[in-house]
Amino acid sequence: MRFILRRIGFYLLAFWVSITLNFLLPRLMPGDPVTRMLSRSQQRLEPQQIEALQQMLGVNGGPWWQEYPDYLRRVLTGDFGVSISRFPTPVTEVIAQQLPWTLLLGGVSLVIAVVLGNLLGILAAWRRGGLLDSVAPPLLVFIGSFPYFWLAMGALYLFGVMLGWAPLRHAFSVGLTPSWDPTFIGDVAAHLVLPALSIVLVSIGGWMLGMRNTMIATNAEDYILMAEAKGLSPSRIMLRYGARNALLPSVTSIGMSIGFIVGGALLTEVVFAYPGVGYQLLAAVQGLDYPLMQGLFLTITAAVLLANLLVDLVYVRLDPRVRVA
Amino acid sequence: MSVLEVQDLTVEYVSDERSVRGADRVSFSIEQGEILGLAGESGCGKSTCANAIMRLLKEPARITGGSIRFDGHDVLDMDAARLRQWRWREVAMVFQSAMSSLNPVMRIGDQLVDTLRAHERISRADAWRRAGELLAMVRIDADRLRAYPHQLSGGQRQRVVIAMACALRPRLLILDEPTTALDVVVQQEILQQIRELQRELDFAVLFITHDMSLMLELSDRIGIMVAGRIVELAPAATIRDDARHPYTRALMGAFPPISGPRTRLSGLAEGVRFTDVPDLVEVAPGHLVAPGGAPIQEEAA
Amino acid sequence: MSIQSPESLAHAAAVRDAAEPPSTRSIATRPPERRPRARGRQLLRLLRALSRNGKAVAGLVILLVFVALALAAPLLFPGDPSRIGSGGATPPSAEHLLGTTAKGQDVLALTIWGARSSLLVGFVAGVLSTIVGIVVGLTSAFFGKRVDDALSLVTNVFLLIPGLPLLVLLAAFLPAGLGTVIAVLVITGWAGSARVLRAQGMSIRGKDYVGAAITSGERPLRIMLREMLPNMASIVMTTLLACVIGAIGAQAGLEFLGLGDANTLSWGTNLFWASSDGALMIGQWWIFVPSGLAIALVAFALALCNYAVDEVTNPRLRRPRTARSATAPTTVARKEDAR
Repeated sequence: MRFILRRIGFYLLAFWVSITLNFLLPRLMPGDPVTRMLSRSQQRLEPQQIEALQQMLGVNGGPWWQEYPDYLRRVLTGDFGVSISRFPTPVTEVIAQQLPWTLLLGGVSLVIAVVLGNLLGILAAWRRGGLLDSVAPPLLVFIGSFPYFWLAMGALYLFGVMLGWAPLRHAFSVGLTPSWDPTFIGDVAAHLVLPALSIVLVSIGGWMLGMRNTMIATNAEDYILMAEAKGLSPSRIMLRYGARNALLPSVTSIGMSIGFIVGGALLTEVVFAYPGVGYQLLAAVQGLDYPLMQGLFLTITAAVLLANLLVDLVYVRLDPRVRVA
Repeated sequence: MSVLEVQDLTVEYVSDERSVRGADRVSFSIEQGEILGLAGESGCGKSTCANAIMRLLKEPARITGGSIRFDGHDVLDMDAARLRQWRWREVAMVFQSAMSSLNPVMRIGDQLVDTLRAHERISRADAWRRAGELLAMVRIDADRLRAYPHQLSGGQRQRVVIAMACALRPRLLILDEPTTALDVVVQQEILQQIRELQRELDFAVLFITHDMSLMLELSDRIGIMVAGRIVELAPAATIRDDARHPYTRALMGAFPPISGPRTRLSGLAEGVRFTDVPDLVEVAPGHLVAPGGAPIQEEAA
Repeated sequence: MSIQSPESLAHAAAVRDAAEPPSTRSIATRPPERRPRARGRQLLRLLRALSRNGKAVAGLVILLVFVALALAAPLLFPGDPSRIGSGGATPPSAEHLLGTTAKGQDVLALTIWGARSSLLVGFVAGVLSTIVGIVVGLTSAFFGKRVDDALSLVTNVFLLIPGLPLLVLLAAFLPAGLGTVIAVLVITGWAGSARVLRAQGMSIRGKDYVGAAITSGERPLRIMLREMLPNMASIVMTTLLACVIGAIGAQAGLEFLGLGDANTLSWGTNLFWASSDGALMIGQWWIFVPSGLAIALVAFALALCNYAVDEVTNPRLRRPRTARSATAPTTVARKEDAR
């Protein structure tokens, strides 16, 4: 329990740092951020929009020690202001529409990549020098060397444009309204295949190699030799003694890599025009929608921190040594 | 008939550049209920022999010669499935690093249970009860079954491993430096325990250590190993009082007698190296020695 | 009792029993236990071992080819490669080996010129991230206690904040330019290497020769640079390679999103233009493939080197000569006669 409490404290601190970074960034720039922003923006903004911008960025006068607590209070109560590009929709409302799609895409690809990659790693390490151990690592490392977005575009071109097997863009077909009926779910799944595939392809090699190397180290542990001497069956030694222990560092790295998956999802969303947080973030950057940008960044950060907390909880279940006696 | 008979066992570590002999034409046998000690410095091949007997050595090690017969069966002819049945049922082993030979993420009860259930048709509940009895046998409270290895002390962990080793009442128990990582008091407790269990269950023991005083305390017969070869094999008393091989004498001179007058300790000087050890010759009934070897300098500084 | 055992009196036996057979250890693979007699010795050994490793050599050759092409770009394709020509979007031909873009630019020229900024940014950002990582990691490991607590906290916070979104945010706020791209890549990239180097530094900090240096009153900076750092050569190298891979990928991603410096010519901007011209959607694969493949090849080459360093420093990872399951019993290969 102490472990989890310490982690929660740490995540709160990390979140506070992100908020503060968000607060500081526009203010560190020379000159008045609102004017600067307006000069870079091509479209003309309505006076209300400018006002909303000023209010969000808190540059309508007042020294920082008055603005900062105010800013903190607004962010923590979920008030990110009003979107500029989709004026006057509140930022939170925009995010609420996008977030589920990113969670779906990121979650599905993370789970597939982790499960499949770890499984391959376990098997490769178990039979060193076998086909899987010799062929898969270099191949997957090569595939993993391509940029996320490039592989996504390649998949889009090959399976979408040329072969016409999969839909080209968005998370569901035009004309359908989101609901829980099977047609819609099937349609969503069809739209999910290519984006998820490209994320899985790029990231699976890392999981496999990581697991393989940990498993090779684990196989040299004394308790594996002991299990072997005890005459246990190979599958039991591999799973209960080997993989079960090698899984622990793998779980830790899930936490560390969630940020990367989010980055990959962001680029993939852009390629497939997938209506998630990443796609929206790029749109916000292009539309110079600073309130939305900040809101999205903080949302993504919060999601990553929560996912890490989840991973910690899983870790505590898996490793009796941190489960304080 | 001997429980274990090892004839000319040769183990080589083969790599692209060279091949090194870990054990070189090693021969010995162990009788029912006997304790045979194997002594020698680190790297002399004691553990290689122990692991070779159970066919536990990994690549690049391979057995390139000799035979290992257990109860008349050729261990080197057994396939993986047969070996799996034979291991632990007939020969159990307590490893050098008993501290780390328990799976850290499994309760010790579960580890005892899966040992029993790998070899016997027995329900989980019965196995759990048996596991409790085994713990009691090594004087650990049965409610520690639910503990994880990290919650036990080093001595307790080693006793759990010993209980595990006795679980199937094997004919032979291999103890590979079973007390190296423990402090002296716990060492004595563990040895005492092994002696009691041995008396009660009447298994044979192959005891491996570099600690000559422990060796003399526990063993009936002792073999001295150097560079993968046995250079002297004799009853413990003979080794203690009438060692013939210079290396054995150097070893005996390297630790203080527990009682008796003060004597000067002599170390194993750099000069005492044996590279090509000839085959053993029987100099007295039951006393085998490798001929030759440089005599040790009595006044080595 | 055990003090008087032959173990402690016998000469230092390099060969341990069954656990680690002698043949698997080579000179280069010994972990850094002792203080190297000459500085840089470990690095030299590492390099020598790498020069015998096929993966390392392959990776290095690929890298050198790209570097050579990048340097030779002005000779191979004189003039401004991004100048708009006539007759756009032709497929590969004898005249334009990789075809032309919609704007009539030669794709091969764009790709080779693009290597200059991509490699430069990648390596500079990678090296800078590693240096920051070394400074933070070593300081943390050497001083320990409060210093370590504070630095670890900062490192872990930076590790947790998702990189690409932060990259996007920073790039959006800071003025566009190559310097910004590099700065942004370093800000988001250093934490990973700091974490790894701290861990390695900690284990070296505990070694006797470091303790001896402290007792003899050497200055902390000198100990860090001359006693600790040389013994971390292999880990520094793997982190450096990883940082460069990360930086090249992140730069490409940033530019692909249109957040880089649109005036520089790089693989990322090539792909940005290819995508915004819709090249792929109308089947002009030749505009899209070369830059992506170039990124992948460079990253793969770096990954190969990384792989090789791992193999050299950890013999267990080397491929065994024959396929074997982890619990296979010892092979019995009796010769007719034992000798």
